[in-house]
Amino acid sequence: MSVKASTGASRRRLRDLITNPWARPRFLWVIGIAYVAWTLVPVLTAALFSFNSTRSISLWAGFSMRWYMSDPNESVLHDPDLRHAVLQSLKLATGAVLLSVPIGVGFGLALDKWRGRGSGSSNFVMLFSFITPELIIAVSLFLLFVNPFRFVGLGTTAQLLGLVLIAIPYAVIIVRARLLSLGPEYEEAAMDLGASPVQALWRITLPLLAPAIFASAAVIFAFTLDDFVMVKQLAKDGSNETVAMAIYGAARTAPSPAVNAIGTLMLLTSTLVIALAFVVFRRSARRSGTGLGAEREALPV
Amino acid sequence: MLYLLVLFLLPFYVILSVTFGTLDPIFQSPVLVWNPLRWDTSILSFTLSNLTHTDGIYYAAFLRTIAYVVGATFVCLVIGYPFAYFLARHAGRAKGLFLALFLAPFWFSYMLRMLAWIGLLQDQGYVNRVLQDVGILGAPYPFLSGKSWVLVTGLVYGYVPYMVLPLYAALDRLPVAQLEAARDLGASPARTFFRVTLPQTRQAILAGVIIAGLPMFGDYYTQQLLANTVGTRMIGNFIIDSLDVPIFVSRGSALILVLMALLIVPIVYYLRSTTRAARERAA
Repeated sequence: MSVKASTGASRRRLRDLITNPWARPRFLWVIGIAYVAWTLVPVLTAALFSFNSTRSISLWAGFSMRWYMSDPNESVLHDPDLRHAVLQSLKLATGAVLLSVPIGVGFGLALDKWRGRGSGSSNFVMLFSFITPELIIAVSLFLLFVNPFRFVGLGTTAQLLGLVLIAIPYAVIIVRARLLSLGPEYEEAAMDLGASPVQALWRITLPLLAPAIFASAAVIFAFTLDDFVMVKQLAKDGSNETVAMAIYGAARTAPSPAVNAIGTLMLLTSTLVIALAFVVFRRSARRSGTGLGAEREALPV
Repeated sequence: MLYLLVLFLLPFYVILSVTFGTLDPIFQSPVLVWNPLRWDTSILSFTLSNLTHTDGIYYAAFLRTIAYVVGATFVCLVIGYPFAYFLARHAGRAKGLFLALFLAPFWFSYMLRMLAWIGLLQDQGYVNRVLQDVGILGAPYPFLSGKSWVLVTGLVYGYVPYMVLPLYAALDRLPVAQLEAARDLGASPARTFFRVTLPQTRQAILAGVIIAGLPMFGDYYTQQLLANTVGTRMIGNFIIDSLDVPIFVSRGSALILVLMALLIVPIVYYLRSTTRAARERAA
């Protein structure tokens, strides 16, 4: 809306842009601020309405903690379904991190060393699964677990396997970027000084990779915490419902501020995790003397 | 590697077996046929003919999906490019702050972001009330009653960060000296942009279009939340709904196959051009 309202102003700025090159940053500042406002203000209003005292998510009636804890039936604290959804989301995200980070780190290390036949194609398969629409992978896994792999079946195990599958590329990409910026010198020096390849890996490479491992864990946690397509497709019944599914279900039928409340809580959780990861990443990256610049070079863009 | 093979390539084979399989005569549920020699192509040809004929059940949805996705991706680029340019080159001291604010939606739940719009766009929502107070609207505008443009705007809102990310990375890497050189040699700001900046970010534009655009083909939830009517159904909705009815499962997997065949061209093109670009950068 603010974009619409300032059409006249931006047209004037556009003219300035042509006649006076110094006006350019001002014009771009408008775009920058409008973009940030446009992406964040709706989310902030949604968070605000979780404190609404009535059932509406669009009419403000006054501040209350009703939907967090005071309502005896429908608040996040007292509604067993919502509480269960939070637990299921946390369980799946934690499990996905614990499984996909070690696999992803191993895979990243292997791709870095493995120069022979097959390394290109396995890298290709991984990146391919990274940009294939999630719906395609989710439906394929659904059919796999319902028919030939009936022993897996639908449910938490299937959800976890699916999430791990789509989370691995994140860890691989982050770890490979870091490996590329480190170069082989540290490991070679260790081996010149008499370390075995295993020792060099354990005592030199892995500690140097720590920030990347930590960063990928945080990214995967935040990403699996609100995954929807995969988790919904591989769920069996209500006991597998996650927060994203609860929000989706409620938004389609009867939105209530309790759903906003649960979303706000998840938002705070993942913000905290990311902020923590960022601080740790920055501190250890600074200590090891490598900046972010070189890593960005290696991102697949 | 084995894991990826089992959980990634095998499902595609299952898709094939379901698509080319037969229906159980009693339960009407799909029966998988593993042997490629015994594959039955009737369901695929049924789906294909419904996609290509103007009166087919998937024809309209298929065209609609492509139109929505292309439109939304284009708008993402139009919005994302200037913002990425601002972020990379003109945010100055506030760059860290803007970067953090820009990255924030990545860890907000997509569903919560859509729910926010549902609250805002309802008849008594703030958007309608503000527009009425200003006098633009006489009565509440029914945003959520299945408007295509609301759905496309919703898709843009959901996916624009994925467009900005690669653009920002590329613009931030661009050496300032080159731009200064262009200006010193007499190029106007516009000319500098079109002759120096834009050509060097071509690879990033491709990445943004792929990363933001491809997931939209599999998006069905935005349609369900913002424009839930028959007239805006996308191909993803058909795929998801077909899974609920056993006799339609094989049609759903045939649709997946068609979607995959459609997307494999841009995916492979993108992967090849990124590996080539990475090699050039390394050399």
